[in-house]
This record gives sequence, structure tokens and C-alpha cells, in this order.
Amino acid sequence: MADLTERQKEDYWRYNVRLTTILLVIWFVVTYLVSGLWAGTLNQYSFLGFPLGYYMAAQGSLAIFVVEIAVYAYLMNRKDDEYGIREEA
Amino acid sequence: MSLDRIFGIYTVTFLAVTILIGIGELAFGLPNRWIGWIFMALSLVIYIVIGVVTRTSNPDQYYVAGRGVPAFYNGMATGSDWMSAASFISMGGALSAQGFAGLAYVMGWTGGYLLLAVFLGPYLRQFGAYTIPDFLSARYGGNAARVIGVVAAIACSFTYLIAQVTGVGLIVSRFIGLDFNVGVFVGLLGVLFCSVLGGMRSVTWTQVAQYIILIISYLVPVVYLSWQLFSIPVPELTYGRLLQQNNVKAVEITRDAKEKETRALWKKDADDLNAKVKAGGLSEAEAEKLKAQAALAGRQATAPAASDDAKIGRYLTVPTGVGMWNFLALTFCLMVGTAGLPHILTRYYTTPSVRQARTSVAWSLFFIFLLYFTAPAYAAFARFAIYAKLVGTKLAELPRWVTLWQPAGLFDVVDKNGDGIVQWADFVVKSTDFVVLAMPEIAGLPFVITGLVMAGGLAAALSTADGLLLTIANAISHDLYYNVIDPSASLTKRLTITKVLLVVTALVAAWVATFRLSLIVELVAWAFSLAGASFFPALVMGIWWKRANKSGAVVGMIIGLGVTTYYMIGSRFYGVSWWGTQTIASAIFGLPAGFLAIWIVSLLTAPPPKAVQDLVVSVRYPKSGQATALSAQGIGLGQH
Repeated sequence: MADLTERQKEDYWRYNVRLTTILLVIWFVVTYLVSGLWAGTLNQYSFLGFPLGYYMAAQGSLAIFVVEIAVYAYLMNRKDDEYGIREEA
Repeated sequence: MSLDRIFGIYTVTFLAVTILIGIGELAFGLPNRWIGWIFMALSLVIYIVIGVVTRTSNPDQYYVAGRGVPAFYNGMATGSDWMSAASFISMGGALSAQGFAGLAYVMGWTGGYLLLAVFLGPYLRQFGAYTIPDFLSARYGGNAARVIGVVAAIACSFTYLIAQVTGVGLIVSRFIGLDFNVGVFVGLLGVLFCSVLGGMRSVTWTQVAQYIILIISYLVPVVYLSWQLFSIPVPELTYGRLLQQNNVKAVEITRDAKEKETRALWKKDADDLNAKVKAGGLSEAEAEKLKAQAALAGRQATAPAASDDAKIGRYLTVPTGVGMWNFLALTFCLMVGTAGLPHILTRYYTTPSVRQARTSVAWSLFFIFLLYFTAPAYAAFARFAIYAKLVGTKLAELPRWVTLWQPAGLFDVVDKNGDGIVQWADFVVKSTDFVVLAMPEIAGLPFVITGLVMAGGLAAALSTADGLLLTIANAISHDLYYNVIDPSASLTKRLTITKVLLVVTALVAAWVATFRLSLIVELVAWAFSLAGASFFPALVMGIWWKRANKSGAVVGMIIGLGVTTYYMIGSRFYGVSWWGTQTIASAIFGLPAGFLAIWIVSLLTAPPPKAVQDLVVSVRYPKSGQATALSAQGIGLGQH
């Protein structure tokens, strides 16, 4: 880290915080609103033969969590490369 | 040989052996009991061999597998470390009983990994400690936070361990007919061999092997059933149609006259039993027994839809009001609990880099997702088997799976109104575990698949037991003994103590399991709230807020634990109720209290030393400061 300037450090961290916030907002909406409070309303619609609210709680939200973590890992690892703090392993 | 090759050959061999056993069964009439024995012996031998091959006395290998586990394999190991007997055997059944409300478990036990990925995993790896209490001590200084961490780690891990050991005993006794108590100790052999010989290193590679068995065995029965019913081997896609069909049937059953008659008879039973209890004059044990019978009768008297003109059954009904609050609160507690359980967190110490720690969380959740998004399919297929194939048949012509599993005592078919026909209310469920266990027979598969499911359940229980056992033993030997009591203990002495503790902890857990306390299931659900309220705030604040200090962390953890425990015990035994919150969601109060306490107390007391604050900032950037660097300055971890 010795090679990072103060400015770079700030940028890197701000990027991380922004990414984290966006992912958490999606996590919150998907879990507590779409699969929770709104699920009853969404159940009136159907998706692949599933009531939509049930589908989101049983599969949709889970798939979104997997994608979110993969995106996080991909973007942060790419950021490491960009800032030259990529580890060997 | 590369890891991919080794585990590739292992998987193919395992499948080949399963097919061979299948041929043995179909062509030569291999008896079921033998199949059970072969599967159990085979899995135990695999785990013991891995333990022996990967044995080690190097502390880095023993505590964190040499920090050399690639992201993909750490993901698999985390998957089986995480998925317990409860996930494997009980979740499908619980979902079939609870319907939508049960999905709190599916979401909670997966969504927590996002919290782990963005708040904790990569940073803990960067910090580079051996155990979670290690981190607390290095970050907050001194041993106070460490000791509370040890207490919390043992509190949430030990009850959880007992549940796994109980799971092992149940599986072994059910499939190969050994006595429950003998089964428990036989299963422990498989756990102890690898954890004692090679610590985290052996446990990691055993867990990878266990994941492969458990995921294959979980998918086979439902994939086959989906193929049979819809010609599409993807149950996750096809069970939507079953939900619709089941729903129509649920509404019909609610209106059906014969069903109403049967339910009325159950209702009368329940009322009679309750009246008897109310009349008093019974011993406590007798009253409890009658109450349980009354509750069962009450369940049978409940129609699958709320009223005659309801369009959707209870199964698909989304809870409202207090029900919704509890659904959301439970989901939240399971999530923070997932991100706070020490045996999972330590898995991210074992990756070679921060980079791989991040990728590893993604793999972990992917491998867990494979099982969790299939679990609701189990529930729907089981309901379908009962609605479509059982209800309405003559009592003399029950489906094969019913006659096969009835003696196991998980469910019963009683002709309540004596008409010789099975009504929905005639099917009495005593343990919803039958859903996963009987699925191979429901699908009409040969017994070899049932044996495979047994091996999977065993793998799920043993792998989780491995991780928990190691966490407990390390908390006592590394954190309590070495770091607090005798910091001059030699390496050999420390490892010896760890090994002795592993054996002792395992024996104590097995001994407690033999009492078969019904409270165990509840204690496990509590473990999530305890972990969420104690570890989560202290870890997150420690990583994300450099101003958080020792006093804040200590007070915060005590308050988090205190509030949670107060509400748990209070709501379970003494009728305390805040907004009708259920006891297993207690962390919904403890967690915010913990965060607030850390924040307020930290601000009221002196900031942590500059070296610690610098460390907290530097952990944000990979390839920089690790806690071990601090030991040179006399703070932190001591020598490793």
C-alpha cells in the first residue's frame, strides 16, 4: 500500500463504500419489500407457473444474492488491479 | 495431482460405487440393511482416509489450513460446513408444513452471505488472525473482548453441535438399525479422526468431499421425480405447476363434506383433551402429554385453506400484521446470525488472499444456493404426493412409500371417520422429516437412492459438526489457554491441549445428545440470534469504524447478548412479548442495542491507540497491514 497516494486511497475506499451501499439497497428491497411486504400483492401475478411473490422469496431473491456477491467480487478484484494492489495468490 | 483431478476422480468413483450397489440391489437382491451399512462404512472410510492423509502439526496448517485453500474449494467446504442436518433433512419438511412463512429460513440462510461478503469476509482475511476472538483481541486490545468472544462462540456453537450429533444418531439408527446411542458414538469417529489429526486442514478437505456427496444425494430424488412427472429434469422450474395444482386441491379439501366430517372428529378430540387438562388433577408429565395430543388433534382439525370461499390455501398465503413482522424479523435475525457464526467466519481465514476471500464467498453462496433453491421443490413434491396420490385412495390400497415408512413413526394414516378412504385429515404428520427421507420411495426409486440420501444426511451433519468442534476447541485452547492463561505454552503443548479438547468436547456433546432433549431444536434457532447480536456488531464496527474502542466493544457485546438472552428466555418461558415477536427472532432487539452501545460508549471513552486506528484503515487495502504486523509493537496477537 506504500505505493498508494492519499488521493488514491480515498478514491478506492469511496468506490468500495458506494458499491457496498448499492448492493445493500438491492438486498434490502429484494428481501424485505419484494419478498416480504409486497409478496401478497405480487402473488396475483404468475411467473413460470409460480405465484410471483412466492417465486421471489423461494428462488428469485436467492439468485439475486448470488449474483450480487459475484458482482462485488468481480468489481473489487478489478479495482485492485487498477490500483496495483493485486495480491499474488 | 491437481485438486480438480483428485476431486473429479473421487466424484466419478463415488457415483460408480453407487451404481454398483444399485446393480447389486436390482440384480442380486442386496438387502436394504446391507445397503445402509455399505453407505455408512464407505463414507466413514473416506473421511478417515482424508484425515490421515492430511494430518499435520504445523500451527498455520492446523488453525487455518496454511491459508492455501483456493476460493472454489473453500466455497464447497463452507457449503457443507454451513449446511447442517437441519438444512438437509428437516428444511424441506418444515417448508411443506409452513408454506410461505417457512421461506424466511431459505432467504435468511442465504441473504446473510451478502452481509458477510461486503462487511466482513475480505477484511477478516486481510487482518489475518487465527480465530474470531483473536480478531477481537487484536482490534480492541487486551483480553476482555477476547474472553467475551470465547463465551459467545461456545454458547452458539455447542448447542448447534449437539443438534448435529443428534442428527447423526437419528440417521444411523434409522438406516442401519443401530441403537441411537451407539450410532452417536460411531458417527463421532468420523468427526474426530480428521479434526484431531489435521485440524482445519483435514476438516477443509473432508468438508469438500462431504459437500459433493450431500449435493448429489439431495438433487437425485427430486430431479428424477420432476423428470417422471413433467419430462423436465429441473425440479426448480417444474414445481411452480405443482404449487398451482396443490392449491386447487387445498381449496377442494377445505370444502369437501367427508373432509369436514373428519376434521370435526379431530376438533372434538382436541376439545375433549383440552377439557381434561383444564379439569386438573393430573401429574405434570401427564398434562404435558395430553397437551401435546391436543395440539396434534388441533392441527389435524385445521383445514388447508382459511374458509370455504378462500381462493388460495394457507400454503401460499402471505402472512399479514404480526405474522409479517415475525417473518421479516426472523429473516433478518437468520441473516445477521449467518454473518456472525464463528465456524463460518473462520473459513475465510483459510484463503490465500483477500481477492480469493471475496470470490470464495460468492462460490460458498452458489454451492449453498443449489440446495436451498431446491428445498421448496421437495416441499411441493411431497404435498403433491399426498394430495394427488394419497387422499381419496382406499385404506387397503395405500401407496408403497406409505406402507414402507409408516413403521418409522414419522407419520400415520388413521381412518378417523371409518369410511375406509383416506382423507387429508387422516394423514397425521408427527415429524415433517419424512419429506426428504421418503422422497426416493415417493418417486419410486430403488433403495440404493435412499441409502445415498442417508450418506448425504450423514455428510451434512458430520461436516457441520467438524467445523463447530474445531471452533469450540480452538476457542478454549488457543484463545483461553494460550492467550489468556499461559502465553508461554510451547507449540506442542498447545496442539496437544487442542486435541484433547476436541475429544472431550465431542464426548460431552455426544453424552448430552443421548438425553434427547426436545429443547435442542429451539436452542439451535437461538444460536443465530446469539451470534447475530454478539459478534455481528463488534466485528462490523471494528472493521468499519476506527473510533470503536475496547470499552465500546465489551459493553456492546454484553448488552447485545444480554438483551437477546433476556427476550429469548422471557418470551419462551415467562410470557414476555414485545410486539408479539417470536422467541427465535430475539436478535431483532439485541442487535440494534449492541450497535448503539458500541457507538455511544466508544464516543464517551478515549479513542483507541493510533497504531490500531492506522491498522483499521490499512485493512481496507489488500496487500497492506495485517494484525500480525502489530505484534512487533507489543499489541495484538502475540507470537504465532
